[in-house]
Amino acid sequence: MTDQLAEKPTSAPEPERFPLVFGLDTFGDRNGDADGKPVSHAQTIRNVVAEGVRAEQVGIDFFGIGEHHTDYFPMPAGDVVLAAIAARTNRIHLGSAVTVLSSDDPVRVFQRYSTLNAISGGRAEVILGRGSSIESFPLFGYDLADYEELFEEKSALFAELLKGGPVTWQGTTRPALYDQDVVPHTESGPFPVWIGVGGNPQSVIRAARLGFGLALAIIGGQPARFAAFSQLFQRALAKFGRPPLPVAVHSPGHIAHTDDQARAEFWPRWRDIISLVAAERGFAIPTEESLGWETGPHGALYVGSPETVAQKIALNLRALQATRFDLKYGMPGLTHEALMTNIELYGQEVIPRVRELLAPATAGSASSGSA
Amino acid sequence: MPQLAVLGAGHVGPVVARLAISAGYPVAIATSGDPANLALITELLIPGAEPRWAADAVADADMVVLAMPLHRFLRVDPVSLAGRFVIDAMNYWPSSDGVLEEFEDGGVGSSEIVAKRLAGSAVVKALNHIGYHELEQNARPTGSPDRRAAGSAGDDPAAVAVVAEFVDRIGYDAVRLPSLAAGQVLQPGGPVFGRVLRRPEFEQAVASDQATARTPVFAEAQSGQDVLT
Repeated sequence: MTDQLAEKPTSAPEPERFPLVFGLDTFGDRNGDADGKPVSHAQTIRNVVAEGVRAEQVGIDFFGIGEHHTDYFPMPAGDVVLAAIAARTNRIHLGSAVTVLSSDDPVRVFQRYSTLNAISGGRAEVILGRGSSIESFPLFGYDLADYEELFEEKSALFAELLKGGPVTWQGTTRPALYDQDVVPHTESGPFPVWIGVGGNPQSVIRAARLGFGLALAIIGGQPARFAAFSQLFQRALAKFGRPPLPVAVHSPGHIAHTDDQARAEFWPRWRDIISLVAAERGFAIPTEESLGWETGPHGALYVGSPETVAQKIALNLRALQATRFDLKYGMPGLTHEALMTNIELYGQEVIPRVRELLAPATAGSASSGSA
Repeated sequence: MPQLAVLGAGHVGPVVARLAISAGYPVAIATSGDPANLALITELLIPGAEPRWAADAVADADMVVLAMPLHRFLRVDPVSLAGRFVIDAMNYWPSSDGVLEEFEDGGVGSSEIVAKRLAGSAVVKALNHIGYHELEQNARPTGSPDRRAAGSAGDDPAAVAVVAEFVDRIGYDAVRLPSLAAGQVLQPGGPVFGRVLRRPEFEQAVASDQATARTPVFAEAQSGQDVLT
């Protein structure tokens, strides 16, 4: 079978249609210092700029910033931070992960990211969604109960804005637009837009209907259960008369030189943040056992040595027919130094290893271990 | 086998529908909209379920699963559910979904408020305390040593029995609680919400909550009682 693939590369399975892409996402997780004391919001933001620049240097394809509005994720204006990274890089793609569109104005989001696209020479992307972020709703005067309606209408308007021409639009969530020229224009058509989906199949259908990529946010439980979502996405695209689009996976993790070190660094930080959220929202506090399950072969977290993490990424990209993996690195309290090591190991060891594991076998690399 | 109507095709509905089909129940699934919009989702994610208009699905059902966001429930016509067993798998979770005035009644459980609105139905609170991402991976056949416990709380013992049987058949050790008020232990912030517990641990967590709390929880006969199989 491998020989067949080598002779007939055009018969590659559907996921091979898109190039493999590897990214990093952060929520601006507030760093700790060596003594475990939190550093300032401002220093954390400057550290994120340095991390984004380092990501390009070690060969990472994408750097994403998720919108949050809390003391432990002080990152409400990720596009500003991305602009700073854009000015110091040349190749890496830069985007939101995610933009909480329901509590934002699609016109402003388009303007900010088309500006980023201009600064970066065409490297901007946007992932639309909610994430687990809910703070923006009360902050900007929106009702969480309206979430669905807001997202439905605003994502459709965003798709219109992305086309580039003057926009005429009417709805209930923002003032109408009449033949409105929205600037700045992009130089080479729409930038890539994705919808982040956390387990609602109707969101998968919506991404297909709007022609946006599908970003599966898998933060707990078995990743393999999302395989049917990839299938659903491609079938829905076909139904709407659209060409196939790529599927991305976004999951949290932490990479260190050894499995033990990665676990030791990650566990107390993960426990603290999940406990905090658990207390706010009334769900169970994680145990070291539950972390063990999530970091094991069937769980959603990518915590370990480069080899451990690479094997798991390769396994799940295959299972999910996905061609992009974005590692949500960092946790509040981890040091900037630990994050830089994580980034370097991801770029220099994990990504090449995953590419090797996923390469279609050829005569020259039959022993590369790709299975 | 009772005929099931699952209302909601978001995070929870498709998972419950799939488990129910595996357990042999005939299942219809509906949203507030056109069933044609559910055709692909049903075909790929819930093979065997029939997408229907909500009114039709409910009309033919013995048991209805409420698997929609709670604010959407406020738009459901109570008359359409009259005479049905209703599983309330919803949660009032203001920190995650926003504040709903209708459910801001200190000391009264969300399912009690649901039941008040559904005066003609027998409401049982169940499946709300297990994460949708865990519902399938934690399901186990009867007798498995690591089988997770799941509560069924209601004011009508016959309805609780029917729902407990359903919970058991889809893969959980059903722990019966004798009232919707007692079912407050299943809510967000409660002692079993989101926790993977086997029956003895589950009953202990519920009992120790009872020792400190507002509502008597176990009727003696319920504790440890085998569910119908």
